[in-house]
Amino acid sequence: MNYTTKNTNTDSYSIFEIAGPIMIGPSSSHTAGACKIGQMARALFHKQPGKVTFILHGSFAEVYQGHATDKALVAGIIRLKTGDPKIKHSFELAAKKGIEFQFKKGNLGPEYHPNTAKIIMEKNGRPNMTVIGSSIGGGKSKIVKIDDFPVDLNIQAGFKTIVVWHDNNKTHLTQLCNKIEKNGNNIHNIQTTTISKEAISIINTDGPDFTLSEIKKLEKQKGIKEIRSLIKLQQ
Amino acid sequence: MTRVYQVMQEAIQKGLKDKKSSSFGMASDNAKLSFKLLEKNQKTLLSPLAIKAMAYAIATGEHNCKMGRIVAFPTAGGSGVIPGSIIATQEEWELSEKKAINALFTATGIGLIIAKQSTFSAAKAGCQAEVGAATAMAAAALTEMRGGTPQQAINAAALALKNKLGLVCDPLGGLVAVPCIKRNGLGAVHALGASDLSIAGVKSFVPFDEVVQAMNNIGDLMSEKLKETALGGLATTKTGLKIREKMKLPKIKKR
Repeated sequence: MNYTTKNTNTDSYSIFEIAGPIMIGPSSSHTAGACKIGQMARALFHKQPGKVTFILHGSFAEVYQGHATDKALVAGIIRLKTGDPKIKHSFELAAKKGIEFQFKKGNLGPEYHPNTAKIIMEKNGRPNMTVIGSSIGGGKSKIVKIDDFPVDLNIQAGFKTIVVWHDNNKTHLTQLCNKIEKNGNNIHNIQTTTISKEAISIINTDGPDFTLSEIKKLEKQKGIKEIRSLIKLQQ
Repeated sequence: MTRVYQVMQEAIQKGLKDKKSSSFGMASDNAKLSFKLLEKNQKTLLSPLAIKAMAYAIATGEHNCKMGRIVAFPTAGGSGVIPGSIIATQEEWELSEKKAINALFTATGIGLIIAKQSTFSAAKAGCQAEVGAATAMAAAALTEMRGGTPQQAINAAALALKNKLGLVCDPLGGLVAVPCIKRNGLGAVHALGASDLSIAGVKSFVPFDEVVQAMNNIGDLMSEKLKETALGGLATTKTGLKIREKMKLPKIKKR
């Protein structure tokens, strides 16, 4: 054989991402994966959004209705788990909570995985947030863009992940990392994306959970704008 | 993994009992019908174990299709093959639950190899990456469960996957129903066959790693219309188009 094989998947799966997730059917990519994209978007926006627009790309756009991709995305936004039978009723549940939502089809470009959704979250008194998430197979998902920042964010079992918005100043990031280590968390890796003076860092740690008050404290560090935790999704 | 095993059992039991029809009649009581083959005086070509594997896999597939709770192992579309073949074998051969759970770990190991070198996404590589991958994982797990060597297990995976290469993802109306559910049923039988061949000493000429690479290559060459978009294959047959119409999906432009 003289063809070259390109490794299309650099994302590592854990044991229970192969033997799982435990989920409500019918599709791991279109239902469970979509739910996880919604969960991550909600965790990044932190507050309950008032209005959410979902733009569905590729195979998501073609076959979303039959797979309940729409219901699963909304379920993720209201923090339902992939195995929660309430996913079926997510539209009603979200409406009860006062969340408006709409779906559109759109071509985000060939660089995106065929199962991708762009999520625009709005809430009065807050800047809008746009995230793009891809469901990459077997119920595993990742966020590939937060506003204009390209990222590679997924829920990795065994880690505690925080996302930090900060200024493009290495000293400030180093100071933050020192504080995290002082809390007893080991930093496993950091992925930083910068656009001119702004940056987003995804910090994977292991060790004890971050409490909300610890995160509030860390947010006070100079140069740090906001910190969001994905820990609840990693339990 | 015990929890995974329990959810699999629940899904099988619920799937076998459920008579409700859903998704435009594409999922109904097929699990029940196939299970009836085990009744006395029924003449079958397959062994009772194989029939059970088939019925259990279909039960899981139908339960999934009706938005029931299942384990995506490795995916929801291919979620019937592993529980079907492993739990049927455990029951028919009276093996311990521990053996079955160990087998699930073996299946996962094969899954990790596939994930590393390729994908489980039918949108990227078609059904070969879902039901195909599941049959490879199940074949290895069954081989380990019955006392085969690791070499025999991985060889069984290679035999199974080779025979599923090229399988496209062309579901009617894009729903995980037709042909997915019955592909799981027959996929479970396929895994049993691959394991039997491997135990008999039949060797895959192409090693498992290379088979996975071939699967990836085929996925790259496959038309987008045959990758979960419901724009080709069974999805655009006369019957497929009728379902599309019922679902009020946009008409497919001839290209």
